[in-house]
Amino acid sequence: MKGRKRGSRAPAASPPDLAAMVAGGELVLLVDDFPDNREMYAQYLTFKGYRVAEAGDGHDALAKAGALRPDVIVMDLSMPGLDGWEATRRLKADSTTRHIPVIALTGHALTGHAEGAHAAGADAFVTKPCVPSDLAAQIRRILDTKRR
Amino acid sequence: MAGASPITPARAAAAGGPGGSELLEAKLGLAEFLVASDNPKETAYRSLEWLAEYGELRRGVCLTFDAESGRLGGLAAVGVDPAAVERFTIEPDDHGSRILSLALGRQTDHFDDTRAGSPATPLGRGRYLAVPLSGRIGRETVPTGLLLLGPPTDVLREMAGWLGGILGHRLARLARLRQALESDRRLRRERMLIDTVPDPIILTDTEGAMLVANTAAHRLFGSVEGESEGRRRAVALNNMLFSSAVPQGGWRSDAQSRELLLVDPQEGSDLLFEIITRSVADAREGTAQVAVLRNVSDLHRATEQIEENYRRVRVAEAEARAERDRLDLIINSVADPIVVSDPGGAIVMMNDPAERIFSVPEGASPETALRVRANDAHFSSFVSNLLFGEGTTRHHGGVSLVDPPSGQALPVEAVSGKVLAEHGELAAIVTVLHDRSEQVEKERLYEELKLATEQLEQRITQATVELAEQNEQLRRSKLELEAASAAKSQFLANMSHEFRTPLNAILGYTSMMLQGITGPVSPALEKNLRRVDSNGRHLLALINDVLDISRIEAGRMPVTLSDFELPGLIREVLAELEPIITRSRLSVRSELPRRMPALTSDRPKVKQIVLNLVNNAIKFTPSGSVVVSTSFDARRKETAVSVTDTGIGIDPEDQERIFEDFRQADNSPAREYGGAGLGLAICRRLADILDGRLELRSRPGQGSTFSLVLPRKPRRR
Repeated sequence: MKGRKRGSRAPAASPPDLAAMVAGGELVLLVDDFPDNREMYAQYLTFKGYRVAEAGDGHDALAKAGALRPDVIVMDLSMPGLDGWEATRRLKADSTTRHIPVIALTGHALTGHAEGAHAAGADAFVTKPCVPSDLAAQIRRILDTKRR
Repeated sequence: MAGASPITPARAAAAGGPGGSELLEAKLGLAEFLVASDNPKETAYRSLEWLAEYGELRRGVCLTFDAESGRLGGLAAVGVDPAAVERFTIEPDDHGSRILSLALGRQTDHFDDTRAGSPATPLGRGRYLAVPLSGRIGRETVPTGLLLLGPPTDVLREMAGWLGGILGHRLARLARLRQALESDRRLRRERMLIDTVPDPIILTDTEGAMLVANTAAHRLFGSVEGESEGRRRAVALNNMLFSSAVPQGGWRSDAQSRELLLVDPQEGSDLLFEIITRSVADAREGTAQVAVLRNVSDLHRATEQIEENYRRVRVAEAEARAERDRLDLIINSVADPIVVSDPGGAIVMMNDPAERIFSVPEGASPETALRVRANDAHFSSFVSNLLFGEGTTRHHGGVSLVDPPSGQALPVEAVSGKVLAEHGELAAIVTVLHDRSEQVEKERLYEELKLATEQLEQRITQATVELAEQNEQLRRSKLELEAASAAKSQFLANMSHEFRTPLNAILGYTSMMLQGITGPVSPALEKNLRRVDSNGRHLLALINDVLDISRIEAGRMPVTLSDFELPGLIREVLAELEPIITRSRLSVRSELPRRMPALTSDRPKVKQIVLNLVNNAIKFTPSGSVVVSTSFDARRKETAVSVTDTGIGIDPEDQERIFEDFRQADNSPAREYGGAGLGLAICRRLADILDGRLELRSRPGQGSTFSLVLPRKPRRR
């Protein structure tokens, strides 16, 4: 697990409720309004050694990204309120969060979604359904690419 | 006069009275002469000369009776003008004539011509001896003439007395002879006359024996010397036939006629005669019968000829009648009325159609008769245009007639023409009437048709406007439909997303459980979890296919062209299918030519099609092989990717059906072989988008070959 080496970069001073998350490997921020999916991925990624933070909508995602500075963000595009595209655009517009890779996740197979995601600044695009192992493989590839 | 010498008084005086022997000699000489001469005139002249020589005659004249007329006229004279003597005549009915009575007397007498004025005879005034001359004819003594001699001396009386006796007899004989000659001549003339009559004329006695026959009769009935046997027989036969033809016994004075058939003795041919017989009675000859035969053979032939001619005329007449009947037939067969008028304008002939207009049918109403008369009047006035028109041979115009039974107007166009005879005189006028009713009706119909056409045009214009409105509505409807279709596609896309979200959870949790992340998994549980996973993936495939179809239908399947080579694409496909291929235990391979021209198309779509075809081939092939091959048709510039399997094959009737949505050949959607049943339908749509096509060759039980045929480059859309 090469990613674990990157885990050392996590900030030392963290709120206590966040300490458990940081204790593992790289921090993954899962943004999805559908809890079952979000918790499924979180369960799998935790099992795989990642630290996982979760956000239920765009605003929550922006706040946690700014606060936790995750290594990678998995962003569901279709969300009520602030959607994935807008959240991604804002993350990429913010110098403090710009460097964090965003993997866009969508249930829409339409090509327009992938293009829209890239235009918004997403680094990768994954179509649902996506089994947890596949998502993990994608995260690993992104992190490895970023590390190089 | 021949040999006569002039008598002069001197010579007579010198004679001085003849002596006895000398006188006897003279008397003998004169008597011989008189007997020898048959000329009365010469006889009379010689006698007067003799008296002048021997009887002291100075002036004398001999008068004789003409045998036929009984006229007393001068025959010869001496001592007077002979011309005056010849002119001198006394008619037999001049009963007061002294000379006539002297001539009829029996004794020598004296005649004294002492009357003042013109003398009674050429002798002139004086005294004369009158010696009547007479002779015997038969037993009758008839006066023959008178000698007037002067001067009346005794010598003269004596000599004249002697001479008168001889001369009277002699002249009577000569007169008789002359009469006989005359009669004979007349007879000959008459004979000639009857002989020249071509008809046989026969006079028979009461016994039927022929008395007189003319030449023509002789030809038929007369035997000649040395005649032929045929002629002899013919003549005998003719005589027999004639005898039986003339009436025997009861004689009748009125003419009777009957036919008599005889034989021509010369020719042997039959001759037909009409025989006319009549009894004649003559005081001297008694009763006889005249038969006149008239040759009617020619007449008979003429009659036959006439009959023949008559027969011919009859035939000709019949032919002419037949000709006329035919003409009538023709004229009557003409639908147009035809009327023939004489030069006076009266109708002489017309055909049936004309009769309907110009003749009153039997039992017609008074109105009908009235209309016929009106038609007649109109027609007459029309024809009169031609009759009184100088130099025109044709007249053309309209006539207002009416149909007699109904009284309906008959618009008629008429043409009259003159028929001229040989010498240019008007023989007849032929008029042909042409009923214009039909034409008028046609014009009326035409007007109606025109009106109807106009109405139709109006309706068409109206309909066109309506159609345009409908088109507009349709256009709007189409736009609405397109909008609806887009909405549907959007809806399907949304639905797809909504489906994917829960499906993501199902597949994800199943996957995690199968990986043992949530705890140990018993074999039974694992089996069940794999079924959940399999069905979840099938559902996902269904959702993906529906999404594809809806995108294609909505025209929202963009085509991205690139140049690529098929071998690489096929290797990719086979690599992706490796797990399935391994499971199938089939021989799956590719047969690729060394060189293939590069292809320009939408690579992902081509790959999707080939993937689908190979996947299907594996799915429907229980055992054997699946071969993927490529080929290039240089002529059509087409590239084909073929997938050939040794599978179950497809019935010909199913070969089109399998390209329909949600179909498999067995009509059991995705049952036995799995899959959405949309694969081929999508492949066909994708091939269509790429300007290509899908082809199928298959026989049940012997496998199938699906081919994707693509153009070298799709047309620009």
